[in-house]
Amino acid sequence: MSTEGQLHRAPVLEVHNLSASYNRKPVLWDIDFRLEGGQIAGIVGPNGSGKTTLLRNIMGLMEADSGYVKLFGGDLKDVREKVSYVPQRESVDWDFPVSVREVVEMGRFRSRNLMRRLKAQDQDLVDQALEKVGMLEYAQRQISQLSGGQQQRVFLARALAQNADLYLMDEPFVGVDAATEDAILGVLSALRNQGKTVVIVHHDLQTAYQYFDSMILLNTRLVAYGPKEKVFTKETLQEAYGGRLTVLSKLSEVIAQSEFPVRERGFKENTGSGDGGA
Amino acid sequence: MEELSIWWTDSSLWLVAAGTFLLSVSAAVVGSFTFLQKRSLVGDAVAHSILPGLALAFLISGTKDPWWLLLGALISGWLSLMVMDYLSRRTKLSQDTAIASVLSVFFGLGILLLTYIQNQASGHQSGLDQFMFGQAAAMSKQDLWVYMGLSMLLIAISILFYKEFKLISFNPDFAVSIGLPVRLLRILQNSLMVLAIALGIQAVGVVLMAALLITPSAAARSYTDRLRSMILIASLIAGVSALIGTAISFSAPGMPTGPWIVMGLSVIALISLFLAPNKGILSRVLLQRRNQRKISDENVLKAFYHFGERQGTLAKWMELEDLNKVREFRLEELQAALKRLLRKGHLLRQGGRYQFSRAGLDEARRIVRLHRLWEMYLTTRLRLKSDHIHPIAETMEHIITPEIEAQLLEDLDYPEKDPHQSPIPYQS
Ligand SMILES: Nc1ncnc2c1ncn2[C@@H]1O[C@H](COP(=O)(O)OP(=O)(O)OP(=O)(O)O)[C@@H](O)[C@H]1O
Ligand SMILES: [Mg+2]
Repeated sequence: MSTEGQLHRAPVLEVHNLSASYNRKPVLWDIDFRLEGGQIAGIVGPNGSGKTTLLRNIMGLMEADSGYVKLFGGDLKDVREKVSYVPQRESVDWDFPVSVREVVEMGRFRSRNLMRRLKAQDQDLVDQALEKVGMLEYAQRQISQLSGGQQQRVFLARALAQNADLYLMDEPFVGVDAATEDAILGVLSALRNQGKTVVIVHHDLQTAYQYFDSMILLNTRLVAYGPKEKVFTKETLQEAYGGRLTVLSKLSEVIAQSEFPVRERGFKENTGSGDGGA
Repeated sequence: MEELSIWWTDSSLWLVAAGTFLLSVSAAVVGSFTFLQKRSLVGDAVAHSILPGLALAFLISGTKDPWWLLLGALISGWLSLMVMDYLSRRTKLSQDTAIASVLSVFFGLGILLLTYIQNQASGHQSGLDQFMFGQAAAMSKQDLWVYMGLSMLLIAISILFYKEFKLISFNPDFAVSIGLPVRLLRILQNSLMVLAIALGIQAVGVVLMAALLITPSAAARSYTDRLRSMILIASLIAGVSALIGTAISFSAPGMPTGPWIVMGLSVIALISLFLAPNKGILSRVLLQRRNQRKISDENVLKAFYHFGERQGTLAKWMELEDLNKVREFRLEELQAALKRLLRKGHLLRQGGRYQFSRAGLDEARRIVRLHRLWEMYLTTRLRLKSDHIHPIAETMEHIITPEIEAQLLEDLDYPEKDPHQSPIPYQS
């Protein structure tokens, strides 16, 4: 694993001078960073700071005003099958008449199998993905009969079924209870241990520090990025989250004392070697 | 009676019936996706916007040739889609305003053209008003074959692209992210919709077309949670309504088909609302009754169990009076529950006395276990006082599913006793 870890130090995701806007209103200003592989990275910022917009730009779901994105050193269209996108949960209609299984099957759709049925191997991957997130027993349920946390797991399973190398997830921890949170973290750290890269949009500072190896701190512009220890300073947090949060200065003081009091988690045990490119 | 026999043997009736059937089914299939994408209003606007296209095609070609009419319909249908898209994207108009403006402008234009055509003393103009309310019987045999062929094509394409249409209806962003040609699929889907509307107009006319597109899936949705079966049921509903409409319009000459088909649809939709399983009003009433029965059955089993527990043995014939020592039952409720329990094989009877069967004992244990587990949960996890918990557990024991039970067991680490120190029974 450790030798393989070296290989993944090459940048998996590069964003170059990216600017984006909605109806001429700028939402992202000149974002520029690169992200190395084999880690769990967080895109962190307050509500409306452009996190979703950044992800949508990376996935080519909207057109940037300027700048460009490179994935695995190339263009998105050449590496589509290595990239998996998990949209924000609220972006779909959960009353849609499909079962859990049908949603996860969508992770196996390709332009190659357009108009064709999925193969048996695809179905096996779907089963495995469902099992990994603990949703296999719910496979036949209609998706509206799931809790918020279970819906997040379904989306996660669909991403796993894609069998990608880079996972981009928009707020997978929203509306999730402690059990699902642990389950998701377990799955993500397993991905990292396979040398894969996970990028997670997240707005909650409280948990960001414990979830991620490195962070991209965003507020319309890029405030800071790099290993979490470097990014999580009083100054940068203040800059990103502004004067709005007074809790924040307290929080960052706690962090400054470096012993961040958090619950012990399974995936923390594996952080030692993989921790952001120190 | 002579009339009736003509009715049955008239081969053109059968052809027309088959035609409206296929037209309606294809509209329902294509409309299922329109419905799920919440584009019902768009569908309605397109239907109305097709009118000027039809009128112009007639004016230019001078015939009611189906190919010309379809071409005109396709062009004006697509045009209306693009204008709606442009208006809601590029102007400050909200989407529903954009839809409404397009509908009224196009439809107004259509009426104008239609009036112009009717004022011209050309021999052909009669029958164009069929576009307003549909008159399947007025179609010629050749036209019918064309329409039927195209309907089948629409259905075939929808089946072929079922998987992709499902995805782009549910989560278009994801479809883009995996590199599906979403733009092309959208164009295809829009074309199918425009074509289905253009075809369906032959059966029900411009004004009622949206009903044919949307109502079948709206009704079908209340029967099922699966897209596949929703489309099948929607097709069935549309097809049956089409046959009803055709039959009625044939039996009264000059009667338009559209209103009757839509009447049929509406009646079925209304009935579905009341009778559909799971979601219908009737089924909810039935479900409530079933739950009530389940509760009283379980209460009777539990009472037997408690009595047995007090006696120190569960393998014992018990009297009904014994039950009343444990819990008060209304006599009719008790009688009915006993009857059901006997039928389910949960109780055995000898004379007026009852005993648990093996399955019944297991069931009774399960109920008592759930009750006591839940009491444990309330006291240990929610920290409720042990004298407050009994009534809460009393309702929960009937609701807790096996999944939740497994979770409870794990969470509480398989406790031996409940907060009142009664043993928690596990399966023997
Ligand atoms: N479709 C849209 N049209 C116009 N403005 C938009 C649109 N989507 C987002 N915005 C605006 O762009 C800004 C950034 O939005 P974005 O969704 O990227 O933020 P976010 O960081 O993901 O926020 P959240 O934490 O609430 O998800 C916000 O000010 C928002 O109002
Ligand atoms: Mg967002």
